[in-house]
Amino acid sequence: MASLANRRVLPGFRMSVSFTLMYLAVLIVVPLFAVLLRASSMTTADFVRAVWTPQARAAYALTFGASLIAAVIDVGLGLLLAWVLVRYDFPGKRILDSLIDLPFALPTAVAGLVYSSLYAPKGWMGQFLVPLGIHAAYSRLAVVVVLVFIGLPFVVRALEPVLESLDPELEEAAACLGASRWTTVWCVVIPHLYPAILTGFALTLARGIGEYGSVVFVSGNKPFQTEIAPYLIVQKLEAFQYKEATAIATVLLAASFALLIVINFLERQRARHAT
Amino acid sequence: MSIKIDHISKRFGGFQALDDVCLEVPTGSLLALLGPSGSGKTTLLRIIAGLETADSGKILYDEIDVTNKPPRQRNVGFVFQSYALFRHMSVYENVAFGLKVRRSPRAEIRPRVMDLLKMVRLDGLEKRMPGQLSGGQRQRVALARALAVNPKMLLLDEPFGALDAKVRVELRQWIRKLHDEIHITTVFVTHDQEEAFEVADQVVVMNKGKIEQAGAPQAVFDAPATPFVMDFLGNVNVFQGRVEGGKIVLGGMQLAYSGSHVDGTQATGYIRPHELDIDHVASARSSLKARVTQVNAAGSVAKIRVVAEEFGLALNIDISPDRYAELQLKRGDEVYVSPKNIRVFSPDDYVI
Repeated sequence: MASLANRRVLPGFRMSVSFTLMYLAVLIVVPLFAVLLRASSMTTADFVRAVWTPQARAAYALTFGASLIAAVIDVGLGLLLAWVLVRYDFPGKRILDSLIDLPFALPTAVAGLVYSSLYAPKGWMGQFLVPLGIHAAYSRLAVVVVLVFIGLPFVVRALEPVLESLDPELEEAAACLGASRWTTVWCVVIPHLYPAILTGFALTLARGIGEYGSVVFVSGNKPFQTEIAPYLIVQKLEAFQYKEATAIATVLLAASFALLIVINFLERQRARHAT
Repeated sequence: MSIKIDHISKRFGGFQALDDVCLEVPTGSLLALLGPSGSGKTTLLRIIAGLETADSGKILYDEIDVTNKPPRQRNVGFVFQSYALFRHMSVYENVAFGLKVRRSPRAEIRPRVMDLLKMVRLDGLEKRMPGQLSGGQRQRVALARALAVNPKMLLLDEPFGALDAKVRVELRQWIRKLHDEIHITTVFVTHDQEEAFEVADQVVVMNKGKIEQAGAPQAVFDAPATPFVMDFLGNVNVFQGRVEGGKIVLGGMQLAYSGSHVDGTQATGYIRPHELDIDHVASARSSLKARVTQVNAAGSVAKIRVVAEEFGLALNIDISPDRYAELQLKRGDEVYVSPKNIRVFSPDDYVI
C-alpha cells in the first residue's frame, strides 16, 4: 500500500482510504455481521423452520413482488417525468421539479397515512374507486401504490443528468438517416439511457424492499395477504423472538444483496460495450 | 442535386446568425463554407439539412421548395463535428442504421454496408464498437453511415476539426479523392482557410451572417473582395494611408494600385508577407527603411519581422530560403522593404 500511495502525485490517498474503510466497517460491516452471527447461533433446522413458514413465504412474495412491480412502474413514470423536465420549458417547471424530491423528505409514515385516508372506502378517492372494485387501501394494490410514490424520485434523479448531457446531435443524426421520432427514441435515446435506467431501477427496488413506515399504514398487515417481510420482523421482535427475527432479516439481506449484485453485473457488462 | 439558398435569415434571440443569405450550389460541386466562429456557416449548413428552421427565405433542392420538409424526408447525408456515432452499436450497426430504418430488404443491407466499409477503408473493423476506434476511423464511420442511404447531397460540419494535424491532412486529401469518384454534391464547413482551399472547388467566405465573397479558391485568394476576406485568408500587413494622384501614400512610399479612389481618401493598404521584398540597399522602386527585429528561418520560408521606426510600423515578411541565404540577415540590420503588390480598400467601398 505504501508504494502505491507514494506513486500518487496528489496527497490524501492514505487518509481517504482509511477513513472510507473505517466508515464502511463501523456503519455497514459490523451491523451486518451482528445479524449473521445471531442467525448462525441457530441450527439449520431451526433456521429453516423460522424463515420458511407459509406466513413468511407470503410476506417475502409480497415484499419482492410489490417492489419489483413498483420499480417497473417507476421506470416508466420516471422516464416520462425526467424527459418532460429536461426537454420542455413550461410555467411551474421549477415547482414540479422540487416536488419530485418530496418523497425523500416526507416522513414515510405521513405518506402512508395520507394514502390510506385517501383511498380508504370513505376517503376522497376511495369513495369513487371502491364501488368500482378498486381497493387501493388495505390491499396488495395499496402496497404497490405507496412504493411507486416512495421510489419515483430515484429514477427521475438518476435519469435527469444523463438526459441533459445526451448529445442532441445523436437524435439529429438519426433523423437525417430517415428515422422517425419514435424509432429515434426507441433505438437511439433509450439505449444511451440504459445504464441510468438500470441504476434508477435498482435504487427503487432496494428502497421498496426496505420500506416499512408507509407500507404498514396502507397495507392493513393481514397475514398471508398484505403483510410485508419487514413487518414480520417487527412482529417477531415484539414477541421477543429475537432469533426468528434475525433469521428473517438474514434472508432479506441475502436476497437484496443478490439482486444488487445481478444489477451491478448488468451495468458493468453494458459499460464495457459503450465507452 | 443542386441546392439553392434563397434570402435566408435567422436570428437567435438578439444575435443575427444569418442575414439575407443567397447562394447556389451546383450539382456535383464540392463547396466550402469558410468563416470564423459565429459567422453563421454552421447555422447555414443546418438550415440546408433541415435541422434548423429559417426565420425567412427558402431552401430549394433541384428547384423544389423543401423549406418546410423535416430532415428525415430530405435524404441528406450529414456528418457532425462530434461524429454523433451511436455508442451502443457496432460499426456495422451504425452504418446499417439508415438502411434498416428505411426498411431496405435484409439481403441488400449486408453487401451495401460491407462495400461502404471497404470504401472508407474500415473493412475488417465492422464488429468494433465506436469507443474502440481512433478519431480518424470514427470520422470515416460517420461518413459511411451518412453515405449508406444514397443521399442526394453530403453536408459536413467541421469534418476535420477534432483530428490531429497529420490525420487531418490525409483525410482531406482522401475526401477530395472520394468526391472525384462519386461526384455527390458536397458542402462542408470549416474555419481553416488552408483546408477550404485545398479541398473545395468553390469557397464561400462568411462573416457576421453574410457572404463576403464566393468563388473558385484561386480567384478568392488572388482577388479578395473585401478587407475581411483579405485579413481572414492568412497573414497580412495592414497600412493606413491616403490616396493622392491615383497612388496610395504609405509612410514614405507612393505606390500604384489597381482601382481608383478620389484624392485625399483615407484608405487601408493590405500586403501579404510574401509580397514584400527586402534588400540591404534602397531599390529603384519605392521603399521603406526598416530595422530587422526577428528572424525565423526554420521552415519552407524564412519569416522576417522588421520595424519601420520612422512610422512606428511593424511588418512581417516571408522570403525564400535562397534569398535569405543571399542576404545573410541578422537582428538589428538596417534594410529597405519594397512591396511587389498591394490591395487598397477605403471605408467608403464597403459599408460594414
